[in-house]
Amino acid sequence: MAAAVSPAHDPAGDRDRSGSPDPAPKGRAKADSASPPASRPASEPAAQPPRAVLEGPDINRALMRIAHEILERTKGAEDVVLLGIPTRGAPLAARLARYIEQFEGAKVPHGSLDVTMYRDDLRLRPARALGATRLPSCGIDDRLVVLVDDVLFSGRTVRAALDALSDLGRPRAVQLAALVDRGHRELPIRADYVGKNLPTAKSETVKVYLEEVDGRDAVVLIKRERA
Amino acid sequence: MSGGAKGGTEVSGEYLIKGARLLGGEPADLLVRDGVIAAVGPEAASATAQVVDADGLIALPGLVDLHTHLREPGREDAETVESGTAAAALGGFTAVHAMANTSPVADTAGVVEQVWRLGREAGHCDVQPVGAVTAGLQGERLAELGAMADSAARVRVFSDDGKCVSDAMLMRRALEYVKAFDGVIAQHAQEPRLTEGAQMNEGEVSGRLGLVGWPAVAEEAIIARDCLLAAHVGSRLHVCHVSTAGSVEILRWAKSKGWNVTAEVTPHHLLLTDELVEHSPVGAYNPIYKVNPPLRTREDVEALRQALADGTIDCVATDHAPHPVEDKETEWDAAAMGMIGLETALSVVQRAMVDTGLLDWAGVADRMSFRPARIGRLDGHGRPLRPGEPANLTLYDPSVSRLVEPSGFASRSRNTPYIGMALPGRVVATFLRGRPTVLEGKLQ
Amino acid sequence: MNRHLISAADLTKDDALLILDTAEELAAVSERSVKKLPTLRGRTVVNLFFEDSTRTRISFEAAAKRLSADVINFSARGSSVSKGESLKDTALTLEAMGADAVVIRHRASGAPHRLAHWVRGSVLNAGDGTHEHPTQALLDAFTMRRRLGGIEGRRVTIVGDVLHSRVARSNVLLLNTLGAEVTLVAPPTLLPVAVHTWPCQVSYDLDAVLPKSDVVMMLRVQRERMNAAYFPSTREYSRRYGLDADRLARLPEDALVMHPGPMNRGVEIAAEVADSPRSTVVEQVTNGVTIRMAVLYLLLGGAV
Repeated sequence: MAAAVSPAHDPAGDRDRSGSPDPAPKGRAKADSASPPASRPASEPAAQPPRAVLEGPDINRALMRIAHEILERTKGAEDVVLLGIPTRGAPLAARLARYIEQFEGAKVPHGSLDVTMYRDDLRLRPARALGATRLPSCGIDDRLVVLVDDVLFSGRTVRAALDALSDLGRPRAVQLAALVDRGHRELPIRADYVGKNLPTAKSETVKVYLEEVDGRDAVVLIKRERA
Repeated sequence: MSGGAKGGTEVSGEYLIKGARLLGGEPADLLVRDGVIAAVGPEAASATAQVVDADGLIALPGLVDLHTHLREPGREDAETVESGTAAAALGGFTAVHAMANTSPVADTAGVVEQVWRLGREAGHCDVQPVGAVTAGLQGERLAELGAMADSAARVRVFSDDGKCVSDAMLMRRALEYVKAFDGVIAQHAQEPRLTEGAQMNEGEVSGRLGLVGWPAVAEEAIIARDCLLAAHVGSRLHVCHVSTAGSVEILRWAKSKGWNVTAEVTPHHLLLTDELVEHSPVGAYNPIYKVNPPLRTREDVEALRQALADGTIDCVATDHAPHPVEDKETEWDAAAMGMIGLETALSVVQRAMVDTGLLDWAGVADRMSFRPARIGRLDGHGRPLRPGEPANLTLYDPSVSRLVEPSGFASRSRNTPYIGMALPGRVVATFLRGRPTVLEGKLQ
Repeated sequence: MNRHLISAADLTKDDALLILDTAEELAAVSERSVKKLPTLRGRTVVNLFFEDSTRTRISFEAAAKRLSADVINFSARGSSVSKGESLKDTALTLEAMGADAVVIRHRASGAPHRLAHWVRGSVLNAGDGTHEHPTQALLDAFTMRRRLGGIEGRRVTIVGDVLHSRVARSNVLLLNTLGAEVTLVAPPTLLPVAVHTWPCQVSYDLDAVLPKSDVVMMLRVQRERMNAAYFPSTREYSRRYGLDADRLARLPEDALVMHPGPMNRGVEIAAEVADSPRSTVVEQVTNGVTIRMAVLYLLLGGAV
């Protein structure tokens, strides 16, 4: 249903996604989002050869560091709930929960929070399929919710996530973890935990590939030339 | 038609029609003078006549419509005798039968004479009123058929069209009674109980669309009954707007018995199918396709074409049924039934019958002029193109194609199902007793 | 997906699955304390009901309000419609009011198609005459999928007045799209003459079909059909085509009993069957709001 819209032409999109702008539900990921951009036909003039910014091991190292920081800053992550923003924030939240458990033996509840219905750019594209919202059974009231996303860009997704959270309950506090912070904020929002700060041009696209969704781990920077 | 002929005493000019293909045959010249065809072929010459270049045009006897709704009196918002006959002339017709379902109903000598007079005043073509079979079209008692026959309008065709004379006893009496003045009952064959609330042909499409079905058998059952009745009392039966393959079979059987049964088919039933209600360029459920009897299936269309070609169906009649915009721009159920057709009839017949090779132009002349004039007992119409005959003529160019644009119609109504469609041919000129009613495609 | 939802035939399999998946996510909204999403803020949905149907109207209204749309209820009674205003003029009025979507219920089949010609907004068919009721079919499919885990290959038997049922038409089309095997069961008088061209099986014998059914959907039968000789009496109808406890026992153990409502208890469905745990009647109502939220979101939530 959603027509493919190039992220480069998406004025309000704050997260660069791979291939498909439509966060397809699990198991129905589009084929082209799994294939690296390098495999695109050479005839496509807009894309230059992509540069891998982070490879698989780098991603896990960054996540481990974030896990340590969460433990440190929340004094053992006792009342923490990790909520990933679909599509790729959700598996990142699950990985963070796993690392925290590995490091400290603490079981951190985690889930996903879809923000589609709260976005401020809905009318700029055809209606999108919804991602999953799966709250852990403990709920979020009086918990410290750490929102997890793959790329932090304009901050609009996080704004939507804060609205969505307030309809679901009343956390004690909300923090933000992002695998990549690429800058260009359009709202007064900053991340509490960042895997990698990545200076980018606004015209560039950052794509995150994750094993769970795309079959491999990588963060790729694609230069797009203005037509 | 003596009444009509009296209306034709106007002085007419002299016209030399050059190079027209008579009934689609070899080109010949026609000299028209004093309301009659003065000469045909090499003898047709005159230094004083106005020359009409008819190179490439087909000359047909003026078309005769057995089935026209002129709506006057009563629904002058939809059509008047003036506008309807102008449409008829532009469509190549020199005579139309005006149906009786006006308001008041044409069921007395007074009303039929009024319509007849309005036709004479308009002057675009002869208007032969049809009388109602039953008073007020109520289907309860006979209208004064004899008085209408004896009136100035000389009514010979009687019909409750729009409603069926469903009472078998009443139908029998009507058939018998009109024998006294060589009348004919034109039956609108629609069994009323089988068509209560009916909206479109009952079949695949009606089932999908959830519209109340109009079964073929509702038409066929009445036709079968009426053929038997006509045979029993030895009278003339004419069947209006035959629409199903089954009706054709019954008519074929009745004719094989030698019974005096004739039938007509409309242009739209020769071309359009019920699939248009579901899929058409103007959207599903568009009431421009709502008509009585309903559009049927491809198989029915095919059978009707064959029947018209082999003579089982005697003639084409338009069932020109004008309706104002507000009666069609509604939901399907609420819309009026009917389509206008005078200004497109010949083009549709060309598309359905001539371009398909089923009928030649002589055949078209037979089915659209000779036979309907005979059925309606119109003496001055449907005559051969021979010296001494009344100069009722249509010149038609079959080689052009035109996009149907209802805003250009002379009819007051716009409810054509052919809107936006490309149709072949164009009426270039129509002559009514030697006087052009249409020249170069324009009303005179 | 189409701009309008008028017929279940407008939906491809992907469209239908998208609606069901969206509804699956939205189902949680009706269970939370804040049952509202900001998604359609500033959009106007008009409920245009020419036929009384409080259930359907309320369901659409709740769905639109949960998505923060402004809802205008326009019912034929007490409005200009009862003073003879045409559907077209009503449409032009709505157009002037800036309706983003019009939910229409009308006694004439095809009225939503006509409306779609005259308004710019999306048209949602909430039941037109004896034609279709696509959101009912969607909520039925949603109910089946939630209960049975899937629809592909499931055997669905639809029983009753198919001829006059917009629910049956939409369900046959949608379930066929979704890969179910549909069987219609009815007295021959209550089947369309060309029903053999529909993508389903047809039977006159309910008892023969029941043991091979994963779902039995009972259609409301209207008593006035008896007067038009569609069947001799409601008693005979319910004997031959009603779902009573005996027949319920002949169904496979986990088979569902569905009914679009309102039910004629004792005619097409016995009270104890309607109230049995196999019956999804109440769930269908709940799911109705959810599925209509999904449809409104997908039609109005994005760029138009």
